[in-house]
Amino acid sequence: MSCWETLADYGLRSLGIGERLLPRSDFTLCQQVVLIGSGMIWNIYFGTLALLSGFFLATAVAVGKAARNPFARKASEWFILIFRGSPLFIQFFFAYFVFLSLKSSYPFFDPFTSAWLGALIVLFLNTAAYSGEIFYGALLSVPKGDLEAADAYGLTGWTRFRRITWPTMLRLAWPAYTNEAIFLFHATALVFFSGFPTRQQKGDALYYASYFADKTFNPFVPYPILAGYFILLTLTIIGIFGLANRRLNRHLPQARRGRLKLRMNLIR
Amino acid sequence: MKTLMMTGAALALTASAAFAQDVIRMGTEGAYPPYNYIDDNGELAGFEIELGNELCARAELTCEWVSNDWDSIIPNLVSSNYDTIMAGMSITDERDEVIDFTQNYYPPTESAYVGASEEADFEGGVVAAQTATIQAAHVAEGGAALIEFATPEETVAAVRNGEADAVFADYDFLKPIVDASGGELMFVGDPVPLGGGIGMGLRESDTELKETFDTIIGEMKEDGTLNEMLVKWFGEEITTY
Amino acid sequence: MFAFCTDPGTLDGLAWFACYLTTGKHLAFYGAFGTVLLLLAITAPAALLLGFGGAVAARSRIPPVSWIGKAYIAIVRGVPDIAFFLFFVIALDQGFEWIRHKIRCPDWDQPIRQGSDFIVCAEAKLPLSTAPQWVHETYGFLVAVLTFAIVFGAFAANVLYGAMRAVPRAQVETAEAYGLTRSQTFRRIIVPQMWVYALPGLSNLWMVLIKATPLLFLLGVEDIVYWARDLGGTKTPQFTDYPHGDWRMWYFLALLVFYLAFTKLSETVLDRLMTRLTRGQATLAGEAQRKAGA
Repeated sequence: MSCWETLADYGLRSLGIGERLLPRSDFTLCQQVVLIGSGMIWNIYFGTLALLSGFFLATAVAVGKAARNPFARKASEWFILIFRGSPLFIQFFFAYFVFLSLKSSYPFFDPFTSAWLGALIVLFLNTAAYSGEIFYGALLSVPKGDLEAADAYGLTGWTRFRRITWPTMLRLAWPAYTNEAIFLFHATALVFFSGFPTRQQKGDALYYASYFADKTFNPFVPYPILAGYFILLTLTIIGIFGLANRRLNRHLPQARRGRLKLRMNLIR
Repeated sequence: MKTLMMTGAALALTASAAFAQDVIRMGTEGAYPPYNYIDDNGELAGFEIELGNELCARAELTCEWVSNDWDSIIPNLVSSNYDTIMAGMSITDERDEVIDFTQNYYPPTESAYVGASEEADFEGGVVAAQTATIQAAHVAEGGAALIEFATPEETVAAVRNGEADAVFADYDFLKPIVDASGGELMFVGDPVPLGGGIGMGLRESDTELKETFDTIIGEMKEDGTLNEMLVKWFGEEITTY
Repeated sequence: MFAFCTDPGTLDGLAWFACYLTTGKHLAFYGAFGTVLLLLAITAPAALLLGFGGAVAARSRIPPVSWIGKAYIAIVRGVPDIAFFLFFVIALDQGFEWIRHKIRCPDWDQPIRQGSDFIVCAEAKLPLSTAPQWVHETYGFLVAVLTFAIVFGAFAANVLYGAMRAVPRAQVETAEAYGLTRSQTFRRIIVPQMWVYALPGLSNLWMVLIKATPLLFLLGVEDIVYWARDLGGTKTPQFTDYPHGDWRMWYFLALLVFYLAFTKLSETVLDRLMTRLTRGQATLAGEAQRKAGA
């Protein structure tokens, strides 16, 4: 069987398209590369959707934490504390069991115990809390002069937020936010390793990597392949966020624009 | 507190005896009653633990039990972190390529489906099985949709909470659970014979140890002690030697 | 534990729980919290040490050394930590045994890899197969610590590398003007001053480290997640005196609360430490303290 055929058979296996049975003997390097790559579809799905949806909640949380209204402030603070203060791994387990018990009383929660929705919700809330804290820090650092200039132009309320505060906040938060994105994608590898079960062997990259490690009894091939994929993914994220950074700073003089400084805040 | 101190003393005894001669380290999972599980005192117990201790006593070997996750139980054996596996592991061709098995100490039995109702659709519905077991492989080949969990306990929980229509596992693992469920769970469909019975797994290069245990298992089959243990742990219905 | 626990079947309510929560298995569960704290206590300094080494290597003027330092930081950072945890333990274990094998048994003629088996001579085994159980357990724990330290050492290296570069250029120039050599400058000027720049990053790292401890159970250590999963599962009367239904949710809730309390406590302590360290420093925070005091 040539590698092209393997690609056709297993390229979309993680979505349930193609060959139904996973390879069970005579494992080739090609099969491992293709299937683990196929699993990356799920990592990208979880990461991208959680990041996009989390972005909006994060903005709301940041504004809430900076708000004068004590109710909004306390709610945001607690939200950030709970999701940043506990391990994602435990959150996955706990969320799965909570969804299970909700499901038994309300049929509405039926799809929530599947990873595609349940784990996505956990990742969404998790990244919203981390990014919310980053945005909050940036919000406090918005230069006073910018706001005074906005006042001078007669901008108020929502317009002032949308045109002045928010873009500046993003610009300041961007390097840290890039890091958050990288770690979020890494965190997607935990989905099928915690509470959420795998259905019909449609798993993420780590699921297939451990499948091969189990079948070939040799962990030294599949895990480095997995690592390679994630390094590629990390580089892609850095690239895309770098482009966004250029756009955010396009009004600045050429010399000050510079490259995205990733060294600022390297861990979550 | 008394029990605690007793275990402490027992541990100290085994520890000092261990210096005297080579220790055979026995790997197990500790999550698959009645084969192997952790009792209320936090210690390993079950059919395989009792059998393993008897085998070691007859071979005049000192044995230590080690519990290890099912996922990495074979890789840790081949890299010599322990010397044997007794973890309800069925003898299959796939595994036999990588490790060696003694003759089976538990006859080839059937795996069975358990559902929450008589009509549970185990042929076309969602069936739960433990990752990396022969049962999981069997379901993956059939018409049902496989849903995988890391521990055997979770597969049964999945049926209780409606995640899966049925669970597919060793009959003897499911039986006490069905008995204790008070009618909530029941066997559905016909049992499926799978695997070549359960044997002790050893490294392929460890031929001497394999011979030793193989002979003793043979002896225990002949003198009826193995049958007694089987009946004790699995009840009268069990197929004996 | 208690005298009235001899026949749990007859108990109910509080008495049942008093007995249930003090079974040997539960005591092992409580002990596992100690394991987690011990892991943190050993890993944190070990990771800091590795991180310091990594940062110094990355700063080195000898290209291959600096490449190694930078590659170490980049690779560990680019890959999810769980991927490392899944095969580092076996890789490290085999690596150590292979090295010992080369030293202790030079005249061993059989191949080390026989099929899928990994075999070294008996003297090279780690720990020796004659060693008592606790040695094996300690060894397993130490390999886990080492794995954690390698992964988090890369993060620490990153933080320290940044902190070393953050020491004001003028300080280094002054040192050069006084005729200090490069290594003297490093020891007397950069290292003492870098900590205040490194602390925010390091405290962040400490939080990340706390939150990574549940992954310990992937490394074959019987930690709190392992016990919570086992204890919470449905128990049938045949194998326990305390049968109960699926309680995993409550056990994991307990773990969640434990971690929340622990991170909150750490945050408070680290904040105080930061306040102390910035006192008198030529940074924005130090300046603010000076003004507040005046």
